[in-house]
Amino acid sequence: MNFDFSDDQRLLQEAVCKMLAETSTSVEVRHVLEGRKPYSDGVWHNLIGMGAAAAAIPEAYDGAGLGYLELCLVAEEAGRYLAAVPLSSTFYLAAEAILHGGSEAQKQRWLPAIARGELIATAALGSRETYLGQPALVFDGKTLNGTLPVLADGALAGLLVVRVGDDLVVAELKGAGVTCEALPSLDPTRPYARLGLSAVPAEKLAAAPGAVVAQRVLDGAAVLLAFEQVGGAARILDISREYSLERKAFGRQIGSFQALKHKMADIYTRNELARVHAYYGAWALSSDAPELARAAAAARVAATTAFNFAAEEGIEIHGGIGFTWEMDCHLYYRRARHLGQLLGSEHQWRARLAAELIKEAA
Amino acid sequence: MDFRDTPEEAEFRAQVRAWLAANGQKRNSADETFGEGLDDAAKLAAAKAWQAKKAKAGYAAITWPKEAGGLGGTPMQHVIYQQEEAAYVVPGMIFEVSIGMGLPTVMMWAAPELKARFLRPGISGQEIWCQLFSEPAAGSDTGGIRTRAEKQGEEWVISGQKVWTSGAHFCDYGILLTRTDWDKPKQEGLTMFIVDMKAPGVEIRPIHQMSGDSEFNEVFFTDVRIADKYRLGEVNGGWKVMLSTLMQERLSVGGNLPTDLHRHLIALARKCQWDGHPALEDARVRDRIADAYLQQQGVGLIISRGLTALSRGKTPGPEMAITKLVAAKAMQDISAFALELAGPEGMVGFEALGNDWRYMQRLWLGSPGARVAGGTDEVLRNVVAERVLGLPGEIRTDRKVPFRELAG
Ligand SMILES: Cc1cc2nc3c(=O)[nH]c(=O)nc-3n(C[C@H](O)[C@H](O)[C@H](O)COP(=O)(O)OP(=O)(O)OC[C@H]3O[C@@H](n4cnc5c(N)ncnc54)[C@H](O)[C@@H]3O)c2cc1C
Repeated sequence: MNFDFSDDQRLLQEAVCKMLAETSTSVEVRHVLEGRKPYSDGVWHNLIGMGAAAAAIPEAYDGAGLGYLELCLVAEEAGRYLAAVPLSSTFYLAAEAILHGGSEAQKQRWLPAIARGELIATAALGSRETYLGQPALVFDGKTLNGTLPVLADGALAGLLVVRVGDDLVVAELKGAGVTCEALPSLDPTRPYARLGLSAVPAEKLAAAPGAVVAQRVLDGAAVLLAFEQVGGAARILDISREYSLERKAFGRQIGSFQALKHKMADIYTRNELARVHAYYGAWALSSDAPELARAAAAARVAATTAFNFAAEEGIEIHGGIGFTWEMDCHLYYRRARHLGQLLGSEHQWRARLAAELIKEAA
Repeated sequence: MDFRDTPEEAEFRAQVRAWLAANGQKRNSADETFGEGLDDAAKLAAAKAWQAKKAKAGYAAITWPKEAGGLGGTPMQHVIYQQEEAAYVVPGMIFEVSIGMGLPTVMMWAAPELKARFLRPGISGQEIWCQLFSEPAAGSDTGGIRTRAEKQGEEWVISGQKVWTSGAHFCDYGILLTRTDWDKPKQEGLTMFIVDMKAPGVEIRPIHQMSGDSEFNEVFFTDVRIADKYRLGEVNGGWKVMLSTLMQERLSVGGNLPTDLHRHLIALARKCQWDGHPALEDARVRDRIADAYLQQQGVGLIISRGLTALSRGKTPGPEMAITKLVAAKAMQDISAFALELAGPEGMVGFEALGNDWRYMQRLWLGSPGARVAGGTDEVLRNVVAERVLGLPGEIRTDRKVPFRELAG
């Protein structure tokens, strides 16, 4: 048994960490937060240039050909530094769907462009929770018609993979027939849009059954997002811990109050549980293990609760200043929610986890 | 990253399996316990017989050096053995303190002739050890103990009282923390000894636990004589010895949460009805099944990560404290929810409700003790906050004061 990453994998992680510490700064993230740019283009460029974003895309399609373990560590750093980039839409979802569901020609056509950073992509693989209603889309074999009421990174993407019935359909978004309206986001560093499609040329990802591919991609994305969550949760704990050593009240460092010590011990404990579940998910993902469904659901639930808890309590530990726009606490508070709901809420994944456990126990 | 056995691990697992198949008794049900139907004396004898067999095969102290009677194996081999043994009916806690805390302390601190005298009989279970640290006035605050040791010639005379001593009633020896200097600050006047639990002046009174069992005891010492050669470590150096004992827990990469609690929940939820449907169909029940898995699998994975660190030559740090913190509370939460599955009937004892319920009912009554023993939840949170996160220690008023003044 060997339940940790290798030294080489850690080296890649350190390089990504260093790059993000320098470029995905609070100032940079706030450019996106405050609408001065749609995403952190410099950070995106670097993640592509280092071969980090395309770690899991095979070399045959111009990826780095490393693997999922490497991509997981990239995700952890992206989460830690709140990278305001379409990493999940492009690389955890759309590229993965094409890789698993596309024909050789389809892979050749889109994956290299994605891996080289020429094409941002997004995907809508089906959600079980909705208020505005399920996407009303019709695919007639050649074109796609209808609307997608809410799509992450919809305004950034030049390519869409979307589930229509039991099929996965891919369409380029830059031509005629596409209307796109940016939506306000509770985490403005990660944008949403409404998409209208009218006779947009599209084709089916035909190499494997769409529903199966969609589930596999969602499971993989759950693991990768868990790493982003683990990174974000660790960082907000660090920030809170440091603040608690600086700030004084009643003649003491606030970090010496047992209520705060225990709160931070609890955050740490949840973070570590999330971390090991994420590692287990990474193992299952990278070795294509039959445990993936269970491991991915567990990673998602543990990481979602951990990051939300760390972000909520992080503000509390800071007191009044934690509630200000100027402090970064709210960036984590927003990002934790975004990551926790992007692939369906924690409750959906708990249900999936329980279903897997009950199936195994039968 | 790889969860499968390496070829060497697989080979060791195969050996263990073969040995267990030839020597052990497989479980018929998940909650079958060792020695059912035997009285205490017969059960102890059977446990000792099993431990002797196990020691002969080298499995009683897998990670210990060969010259001390161990197998000279790795922590991973220890875990593999435990995983395989879990399918067999074996004595549970009887030797845990002995092999896990008492004997390692002897191995670290005793003179060679004492090691030669004590280690092998200990490993083979012919002699069992207990740990005599806690006292009525000192549990979390172990430095506050008052059991007195006074030097008279080449002997020490012990008087005082210990409490919560697990297994004292069947133990042969103990490691005993005493106070030898009352004018020094609390942690600087302590000395550790080996004590013969059958010596004149040692009186053991079982304590009736809330679970109904009596696994721990009060132990009274009245002018008990211990020869100086049974001292472990320096005079007034007992604090260091005690820390080294507690360290063992960490190195053994602790946390013994059962790994199948969610399966027990699933089995019970299949049989209980909620609103005329199997409770297992209810989303709230499924939620708690997911929670049970997240906690216990999480603890298992943290331990796996600790083992990986050990196998790479690193020592897992105080972060391992979270395994006990999570595991003990999880046992309580999961078992409490199991009882809730049956609503008002859930309060009926398993003797009448059925054996399916025995495991969870026992767990529910035992889990409060698990949250206290070996460091309370609160003390463990302090450990994590101070030693892992580097937050300030508690404000103390007792650090530099001679113990005599504190004891008042
Ligand atoms: C089943 C069982 C088996 C045991 N076996 C043994 C044994 O074999 N040998 C042995 O020596 N001992 C044994 N113990 C004793 C055990 O180690 C102590 O009970 C434990 O350390 C707590 O000490 P205490 O009982 O004195 O409680 P106290 O220390 O009085 O604690 C009471 C409450 O105060 C809280 N508290 C104490 N200090 C702090 C602090 N600094 N910050 C915040 N809260 C604090 C505690 O968390 C707890 O909630 C056993 C206990 C149990 C339950």
